[in-house]
Amino acid sequence: MSGGHSTYTPTSAVGRWMDARMPLPRLVHDSFVSYPTPRNLNYAYTFGGILSVMLVAQIVTGVVLAMHYTPSTLLAFDSVEKIMRDVNSGWLLRYLHSNGASMFFIAVYIHIFRSLYYGSYKAPRELLWILGCIIYLLMMAAGFMGYVLPWGQMSFWGATVITGFFTAVPVVGQSIQQLLLGGFSVDNPTLNRFFALHYLLPFMIAGVVVLHVWALHVTGQTNPTGIEVKSKTDTVPFTPYATLKDALGMMVFMLLFAYFVFYLPNFLGHPDNYIVANPLKTPAHIVPEWYFLPFYAILRAITFNIGPIDSKLGGVLAMFGAIAVLFFVPWLDTSKVRSAVYRPWYKLFYWLFAINAIFLGWLGSRPAEGAYVIMSQLSTIYYFGFFLVIMPLLGLIETPRRLPNSITEAVLAKHKGSAAAHPAGATAAPETKA
Amino acid sequence: MKKILVGLAALCLGAALGTGAFAQEEAHGGHDEANPTHFPILKPEELDWSFAGPFGRYDKAQLQRGLKVYREVCAACHSMRLVSFRNLEDLGYSEAQIRTLAAEYEVQDGPNADGEMFTRAAIPSDHFPSPYPNDEAAAASNNGAAPPDLSLMGKARTVERGFPTFVFDVFTQYQEGGPDYVHALLTGYDETPPEGMEIPEGTHYNPYFIAGKSLAMPKPITDGQVTYDDGAPQTVDQYSRDVSAFLMWAAEPHLDERKMIGFRVVLFLLLFIGLLWMTKRKVWSDVPH
Repeated sequence: MSGGHSTYTPTSAVGRWMDARMPLPRLVHDSFVSYPTPRNLNYAYTFGGILSVMLVAQIVTGVVLAMHYTPSTLLAFDSVEKIMRDVNSGWLLRYLHSNGASMFFIAVYIHIFRSLYYGSYKAPRELLWILGCIIYLLMMAAGFMGYVLPWGQMSFWGATVITGFFTAVPVVGQSIQQLLLGGFSVDNPTLNRFFALHYLLPFMIAGVVVLHVWALHVTGQTNPTGIEVKSKTDTVPFTPYATLKDALGMMVFMLLFAYFVFYLPNFLGHPDNYIVANPLKTPAHIVPEWYFLPFYAILRAITFNIGPIDSKLGGVLAMFGAIAVLFFVPWLDTSKVRSAVYRPWYKLFYWLFAINAIFLGWLGSRPAEGAYVIMSQLSTIYYFGFFLVIMPLLGLIETPRRLPNSITEAVLAKHKGSAAAHPAGATAAPETKA
Repeated sequence: MKKILVGLAALCLGAALGTGAFAQEEAHGGHDEANPTHFPILKPEELDWSFAGPFGRYDKAQLQRGLKVYREVCAACHSMRLVSFRNLEDLGYSEAQIRTLAAEYEVQDGPNADGEMFTRAAIPSDHFPSPYPNDEAAAASNNGAAPPDLSLMGKARTVERGFPTFVFDVFTQYQEGGPDYVHALLTGYDETPPEGMEIPEGTHYNPYFIAGKSLAMPKPITDGQVTYDDGAPQTVDQYSRDVSAFLMWAAEPHLDERKMIGFRVVLFLLLFIGLLWMTKRKVWSDVPH
């Protein structure tokens, strides 16, 4: 789509001078002003922009926090408290950063689920999807290491449990774990390297984001119909149309963010992290941050040995498998039709998958005992079944609904339908947007 | 419409599963009264706090009473190492009052020019001194259980709310689990343990304790123990409320400022969203989408 010729014409002498030497303004103009976007994008498509803003926000607050933070087991907890109490607006910076991480994950989950609903990962956007999966993996690493830095009880014990996973790997497991920890247990070297990596990872994420956006601008965006752009009437220029829609979505998201920062700053955290780390005192229940809970539930669902694989290795494999399977989604989905809008059965299984994912998250916060284990196992089966059985089979047997010929046709048909169904003046009814 | 219906059906299914699991948990735990497995045995009562909700502010008179309770009762065993005397300005004290108050404490300083450590009267920039020289001494004087530091107690203890309460908490802005817990614990000593329950030697039954049926701390305070000069009732309940509010302040000293700025931010965002929405509608008005 961006393969078309550029419409940028510099208006000033400086602009022409720049354009002949390094056409950065042209790149920006072509990518964010004249760039054609499908006219039927809904608000689910604003989360890419929201995520970019959240990444910048996390880096800005993080850099300032790093100026006041001390990565030492003796000082880390107190330095965070110093930020909370004595640094000017330090409490605000820290709450923005800790809640920002949660918001980042809320946004990325909506973004991923949007892709799964509208089949955004399908050819020719496989690489775009895989780059997204890599960003998600890096985010998880950054989130985990960031949670260790305040050196509270959950920081310490979370780090102990999660680095312990690596010991399940046969032969080299112990060595990997010791390399991660910089010793035999979570201690000062661990905190130091986690801090260094926590500072590095966001910039790696930013790098992959550039590739992600590049890949997006080569193939162009998908849209709720899943039909490729065919003519000029299918699109509108990025500015002002998408810019304004993105800005509106972003500000509503910022409202949610502000609500948590100012009124519920500790709702998404764990109270135990206000107790300084104590290697001699294990908390009753060790739970990771909420955004890891579904994977934690999958880890603990494997309570049995499978041949030579013991339950510990099995759990770790299942957990990493739950993320690895995402990379293969473009090839697991055999459907000719992209969007769930025209796939009645996929739509049903998709919503079940979404509910199941939330349910797994809740199970991850429960102790691994009794009925919870069985429910986790059933949920884990559905998680993998959705990707490995339903996606490939459904594409072959499902009869999709009739597809419109173009985006424009779909939009106009919907518009005519809703105009007829509603009295005049009610055309802005929000349900017609979806 | 169909999508919404399917989504709703799926949501109901999820909720049903969730409640099923919840019911199972209820049935599975805590039937044997003498040997409970889930703690606390009783959930803390939710109180009305002046600092709750979007416009909540600390009640300075209450914080001053809470400080009095902390100094005269809690401070005998519990440190509050992250709070310094100068912070007490938040409670409405003048600089001179804080100077006088700080001077009532002795802190260790040094080494001086001769290499000797010495004690001196505390100044406003000093933190509250700990009642014990180190954690080992604290543990040794208290049957092996060192009394925890109270600086962050307002945020470090929260009884799990469970599903679906934690969802409602988002809308009611419930962030007072800490003070509710402290109040429940301090007023929970007078309950008698159920028939057949064994209480380990040297511990004290309290059904509100978060980590077991009994704890090492004995009932810390009785009616009339601390004298209030503002006419507030001198009861265990009132003492507990006041010291809980004080500990919340100690843990979250910038709460007032946070909620004040929050209101402005939310107001700004709402206005900005309104303007953006109208602009967006105008721009898109000629494009069916």
